Amino acid sequence: MKYIPATSAERERMLRAIGVPTVEDLFRDIPPEVRLRGPLDLPPAMPDPDLLGHARRLAGLNSNCDQLICFLGAGAYDHFVPSTVAHLALKPEFLTAYTPYQAELMQGELQAIFEYQTLMCELTGMDVANASMYDGASALGEAASMAADLTKRTRILVSTAVHPEYRQVLRTFTSHMRITVQDLPLSRGITAPAAALAAITDETAALVIQSPNFFGCLEDGEALAKAAHDRGALLIVAVADPISLGLLRSPAEYEADIVAGEGQALGNALNFGGPYLGVIATRERFVRRLPGRLVGRTIDTEGRPGYVLTLQTREQHIRRARATSNICTNEALNALVAAVYLSTLGRQGIQDVAELNARKAHYARERIASLRGYRPAFEAPTFNEFVVRCPVNPEEINRRLLEHRILGGLPLGRFYPELGDCWLVCVTESRTREEIDQLVGHLEALQ
Amino acid sequence: MSAPARRAGSTAAPPLSKRPIPVIFERGAPGRVGYSLPPSDVPEVPLDAIIPASHRRSRPAALPEVSELDVVRHYTALSHRNYSIDEGFYPLGSCTMKYNPKINEDVARQPGFARLHPYQPAELAQGALQVLWELEHDLAEISGMDRVTFQPAAGAHGEMTALLMISRYFEDRGEHRTTVVVPDSAHGTNPASAAIAGFQVVEVKSDRRGNIDLEALKAVLGPQVAALMLTNPNTLGLFEEQIIEVARAVHNVGAQLYLDGANFNAILGITRPGDQGFDVMHFNLHKTFTTPHGGGGPGAGAVGVRAHLVPYLPVPTIERDGQRFAFDYDRPRSIGKIRAFYGNFGNLVRAYTYIRTMGPTGLRQAAETAVLNANYVLSRLRDHYDLPYDRVCKHEFVLSGRRQRDRHHVTTKDMAKRLLDYGFHSPTIYFPLIVEEAIMIEPTETESIQTLDAFIDAMIAIAGEAETNPDLVRGAPYETPVTRLDDVLAARKPVLRWRP
Repeated sequence: MKYIPATSAERERMLRAIGVPTVEDLFRDIPPEVRLRGPLDLPPAMPDPDLLGHARRLAGLNSNCDQLICFLGAGAYDHFVPSTVAHLALKPEFLTAYTPYQAELMQGELQAIFEYQTLMCELTGMDVANASMYDGASALGEAASMAADLTKRTRILVSTAVHPEYRQVLRTFTSHMRITVQDLPLSRGITAPAAALAAITDETAALVIQSPNFFGCLEDGEALAKAAHDRGALLIVAVADPISLGLLRSPAEYEADIVAGEGQALGNALNFGGPYLGVIATRERFVRRLPGRLVGRTIDTEGRPGYVLTLQTREQHIRRARATSNICTNEALNALVAAVYLSTLGRQGIQDVAELNARKAHYARERIASLRGYRPAFEAPTFNEFVVRCPVNPEEINRRLLEHRILGGLPLGRFYPELGDCWLVCVTESRTREEIDQLVGHLEALQ
Repeated sequence: MSAPARRAGSTAAPPLSKRPIPVIFERGAPGRVGYSLPPSDVPEVPLDAIIPASHRRSRPAALPEVSELDVVRHYTALSHRNYSIDEGFYPLGSCTMKYNPKINEDVARQPGFARLHPYQPAELAQGALQVLWELEHDLAEISGMDRVTFQPAAGAHGEMTALLMISRYFEDRGEHRTTVVVPDSAHGTNPASAAIAGFQVVEVKSDRRGNIDLEALKAVLGPQVAALMLTNPNTLGLFEEQIIEVARAVHNVGAQLYLDGANFNAILGITRPGDQGFDVMHFNLHKTFTTPHGGGGPGAGAVGVRAHLVPYLPVPTIERDGQRFAFDYDRPRSIGKIRAFYGNFGNLVRAYTYIRTMGPTGLRQAAETAVLNANYVLSRLRDHYDLPYDRVCKHEFVLSGRRQRDRHHVTTKDMAKRLLDYGFHSPTIYFPLIVEEAIMIEPTETESIQTLDAFIDAMIAIAGEAETNPDLVRGAPYETPVTRLDDVLAARKPVLRWRP
């Protein structure tokens, strides 16, 4: 067995050193009643060449986004990934390392995370970001629990323009925390500040919005922050595609208190939904309530700078039942991917790529809206996603587009029954004008 | 030359550089770029007409301004100041740092898996769904559970998921149960997860053989108890010898028995948690099933359940209808969702690849060899350190540095740091909490006897140094890029981001 080096002679040597005759003797503490009597009922071992062939066949049963023209977003985005990502972030030295518990041996990993934390602070404008969470949805759940704790209040008001799966996770996550989650209805595709103000009470711990929201619309962050803060509540902002922050006002600029985002868009593969990257960032004064790992800078005995995992008294391995969260394993490699991605794009590149998204999506939106029977569902400005009302059932549109290898947008009826004729289209920098025109052409022909 | 010799200060090799690596923000120059994007190919429209200025950033994010080679040099330099399984031995107890096969990476990174959008129609993802469906059945067979969900991103996430399911199960039965019992040797995540799921935590002590104390357990069990969370083999590396009695006692009060599957590597193909009486468990696919740890994550923390808990699984489940696979969201008693989409799919593909590589015989051989290796290392170290629980161990064992502390004022932390100079990652230290100066060693099955012997020799040498030259050990490490770092300063004056 290629992964198990012990030869039979070496096994004998080890057994002699231990002082037992057989390996079987090492398992005599397991009650015989619960021992397996035969082998597990699993397919037999496959040699590598066969297994690779098998895996290729399985992968070939899927249609992937290299083969399709993808106009689907809704929380997972088909962005261009520079070659640096695979060649650096996925180096075995990073890939096969553990959590950097022995700091002196792991300065590379620790410094990379420290830089990632800084990059997230720069992008969101917040003071402090942690080393990563599981994904955007679970990060939002953690943010809500954090807000309830910080305000000593028990209600979370969440805009229905937040990703429906994030809202489901928020509900599950807080279901046993004496927190109630209340939906805030939409007004023309956005969260109306007046409605928010009316719904926030002195029991409200936080108002949760997403911007750009699930429909792609930009929220009025300033007014919503003011509504929350006027009643002593916090503003939590979910960001599903952080590339938007290359162009858009950062949540800190409109006084958000906690940012909980999904970092997949920053160089991580679509991967059928995971592993992704949970981002959480907040204000300096809330740092001791942050969940998860944090890397800090310090010095060694000779005064040289170095990095360690820090503020660990927040964490479960020290504080156990009173920890700020139960998270232990996080998404460090995905954070490293984001760091390499953002370093490669850099100060100008993140603006350029964000602008390309906005321009191409705008072009697509205008072109589709010019077709008979199609119209934008909402008037608010959008980034790289937008909703159109369709004259044909969007599910049917998608089926027809697939005949042309086009992966259409998300039919919103799945999550919003009242929006059954609505279609959420995403256009990233990866789409060319030719592809957009092709999409428009097919929509036209399909009427 | 081997890593140990290099780090041990052999004159033939240059010492590792100790020069600090500038942060990425300190590299480069204003205006320098490292990317290439196409120009816009759509008609030019003023940006204000697309996104009003009031919605745009007032100043750009201060990201680095570096060339592609700057990026390459920077991360390559950082990668050299790391320690990975690919470089050397990683005996971290409870972490199962076994070799991460290369074929897993090749399979998972194929565009046919890596470039799938989570919302693409199931008809276009039949291969992915087949992998998930087969993996679910494999893990159910390996564990003796009836169904498995892949949504949890890590072990602790799995614990939370399972406890929420247990909570819902009792709600459905009209029972109000408030308490979760954990042994004093439990992972910190267990009580933390119980708290998130709304339970009070009651701790039960371990007995002199290192098992959960059966009488103490019975004393706290009652109609208020929802579950006992048990790790088996436990965090001392010992199999719970009275597992059948424990399961009976838990079930007698109507509670659920939960397995923290962190230590599943010891029992693959030998005994199944379902057969031991566990109702629900989590797997750490990033430990037992070789998906890489990535410097702290991503993991994959699947949860397996017996039939009575199946209705509560998170949505969606994966179902097969003839030759077609589909997601099922229509599960009215489900706890809901615990993350977006379906789980850490990329890691699930890796775990699937590993199980297909090993087959039933290979998995059993992995467990047997992991246990053999652990007992071998134990047999050679037992005279040099204290051994608080003297039994045949499973995949790991726990020593104590009490003798070195009491006689020579050298702590376990000192010895762990000294081990870095010998070119090894240290074992897990100061855990479990019930062992003073704990040193928890898990060699795994993928290490050769030559590697184990080199590690053992280093551990024996350090025990000797603690006696003859304690200052040397207290001052360690010396060969690493930095010497001992000031944790207290880091926590007292947190510097959590770079500033110019």
